[in-house]
Amino acid sequence: MSDNKHTLVAIVEDKPGVLNRVSSLLRRRSFNIDSIAVGHTDQAHQSRMTIVVQGDDAKVEQARKQLDKIIEVVRIVDITSTPSVSRELALVKVKASASTRSEIIQIVDIFRANIVDVSSDSVIVEVTGDEEKIDSLLELLRGFGIREIAKTGRIALTRGGVGPLQTEEKETKVLKQPPKVQPPEADALPDW
Amino acid sequence: MKKTGAQILCESLVKEGVDVMFGFPGGAVLPLYDTLPQYPQLRHILVRHEQGAAHAADGYARATGKAGVCLATSGPGATNLVTGIANACLDSSPVVAITGQVARPFIGKDAFQEIDITGITLPITKHNYLVLHAKDLAEVIKEAFYIAQTGRPGPVLIDIPRDVFQEEAEFDYPDKVNLPGYKPRMFGHPSQIKRAAEVINNAEQPIIIAGRGVIISGAFNELKDLAEKAQIPVVTTLLGIGCFPETHVLSFGWLGMHGMAYANHAVHHSDVIVAIGMRFDDRATGVVSHFAPNARVVHIDIDPAEIGKNVQVDVPIVGDVKNILEVLNQQIVPREHVDWFNQVDKWREEHPALSIRDSDSLLPQYVVRQIYEVTKGDAIVVTGVGQNQMWSAQFYFYDKPNSLISSGGLGTMGFELPAAMGAKVGKPEEAVWCIAGDGGFQMTIQELATVVQENIAVKIAILNNGFLGMVRQWQQLFYGRRYVHTPLSGPDFVKIAEAYGVTAVRVSDKKLVTSTIEKAMDHNGPFLIDFVVEPEENVFPIVPPGAALVEALEMPIPEKVTRSSK
Repeated sequence: MSDNKHTLVAIVEDKPGVLNRVSSLLRRRSFNIDSIAVGHTDQAHQSRMTIVVQGDDAKVEQARKQLDKIIEVVRIVDITSTPSVSRELALVKVKASASTRSEIIQIVDIFRANIVDVSSDSVIVEVTGDEEKIDSLLELLRGFGIREIAKTGRIALTRGGVGPLQTEEKETKVLKQPPKVQPPEADALPDW
Repeated sequence: MKKTGAQILCESLVKEGVDVMFGFPGGAVLPLYDTLPQYPQLRHILVRHEQGAAHAADGYARATGKAGVCLATSGPGATNLVTGIANACLDSSPVVAITGQVARPFIGKDAFQEIDITGITLPITKHNYLVLHAKDLAEVIKEAFYIAQTGRPGPVLIDIPRDVFQEEAEFDYPDKVNLPGYKPRMFGHPSQIKRAAEVINNAEQPIIIAGRGVIISGAFNELKDLAEKAQIPVVTTLLGIGCFPETHVLSFGWLGMHGMAYANHAVHHSDVIVAIGMRFDDRATGVVSHFAPNARVVHIDIDPAEIGKNVQVDVPIVGDVKNILEVLNQQIVPREHVDWFNQVDKWREEHPALSIRDSDSLLPQYVVRQIYEVTKGDAIVVTGVGQNQMWSAQFYFYDKPNSLISSGGLGTMGFELPAAMGAKVGKPEEAVWCIAGDGGFQMTIQELATVVQENIAVKIAILNNGFLGMVRQWQQLFYGRRYVHTPLSGPDFVKIAEAYGVTAVRVSDKKLVTSTIEKAMDHNGPFLIDFVVEPEENVFPIVPPGAALVEALEMPIPEKVTRSSK
């Protein structure tokens, strides 16, 4: 991960035009956006945005504070220096003939990616991971001929029990701490 | 009981304590205008251009501290508000703008007079709404006024489709708002205030820079207490003028591009800056890399995003200025900075900015000073933008709290007349002087008709130099004196004013200035004076673009060009 990329996570009210407000603000104050990913949360009327912006700490902090002024932004934190899990998903349509298909499958296996569609002259590869992993896979697949790519932006959660964006009801619901289960993947090195 | 959307809007405005709005009717707001006569307590002032409505609401808001309301129809009506809304946004003025929109089935169809005004005003409002159901109206209006008037104030726009005005819904005005993402911080963090007090108590050469935040917060006494207790010289920003009495012994004018040289020197050489309710605008700081190189900065502001935006801050305190100063003042140790004060005072003697040079011809500075002398400072001054603005800010002494209204952030020519109108409507008992230039005045001159129709007794002084003066000054100083498109062949302002029905006089003789201003004050109703002043008079000091605050040009360049030669 390049060090001037920051991951901002925002909880926003699920109202029309919120994404527009966020992206318009970043544009007019000339912050560089790498990606924005938006999805619903477990709370009704709230969405979660993961925004990847470039810049030094001061610039990104200024972006965060400006975004926090948007009325519908309930909370926004910079989780770049908080231990966290971040993922992207990419769908890649790769040229594949009978002779190259098995080689592609091998590479896909190494990356723990999936083939989700096969036709006579192409396959679609689905891969999840951080940007580095996806970039390395794309690099390898490029040799076979990439026809199309669709990528989501980064989404991220901080590691550990209580995140900075956790909603209020943490005391009421969780009576006792559930045992910590480390997914086997989490130990694997590199991260994917 | 069910009410129409238009009735709900009016009822809600009444609940919010609105007594006046500035507007202009049109197709999309016809149902609303049809409803207005049912609510005689809502005074509607018909402007002649929607820009005037927005500026008037802004002027009203700045004079009273209450939200100003403006009203326009869809499409061109709404876009005409845009400059005024942007102006209010940059200067943190609480304005609620209500626009009509085409009926819901037509939205997105490029219908007649349809424009996406919520999209257009997204970057220039604190928040905006498109209301799609009459049942949502009351809540939206409650929120809009709350957002506009709390925290760092700003404009809020409400866009209402024509058929929503006609739709019926139950009216139940909410008594509180539910805005999980909007919780302005009102009180400063105690440990930050403690740190600030330590920094201030240990300062040898402190200076206070006070901005419009002090006025908005109403912290006049608290600021005075702080300055007097710690004996700290006070300079203000342009928009901070009127937050500290300018004849006070600790007042050292205002800083910035056209600020007093001694104010700029004091800031530059200070070791601690206490910045209160101001945002380190580039016109105030000069080139930032050379701004106050030795100073530690204590920055008090209600907007966290202003902290560290332009200038690095050592002790940030986020919250309402008045609340913070109340706590801070208790921790300030009374002391005197005699050497520092004498030094700043010496700069004032060495750089006398406010004397008016001897001249037989009529100087604009003299006019401004005479307005001060006649009103004895007991007036609200509303300025245009450019030379007239700077002279008004320099040569009038603002002792009265909140007595200058001026377009600072956006620098909107044409602000003067409608804003003065709004200020006078908001403060009818006050004398309101609109000091304009001959260029800017023509941008909203049509509001003379409004002034007459509503008998709004503003006094107008045009400093008529036949130029777009500030631009001409820049051409003179920085563009080899090439006056490209700055000479104006102005109209006869006296005849124009009279045609609108405003009593007007032309003055070109210095000896008649005072008596004419007195005459204007005695006149019952609006009054216009066309002061024909020295055409090539410049505003000094001026910090050239890209220079540090202490590098101001101070010497007037007295080369004369007669009016006929241009």
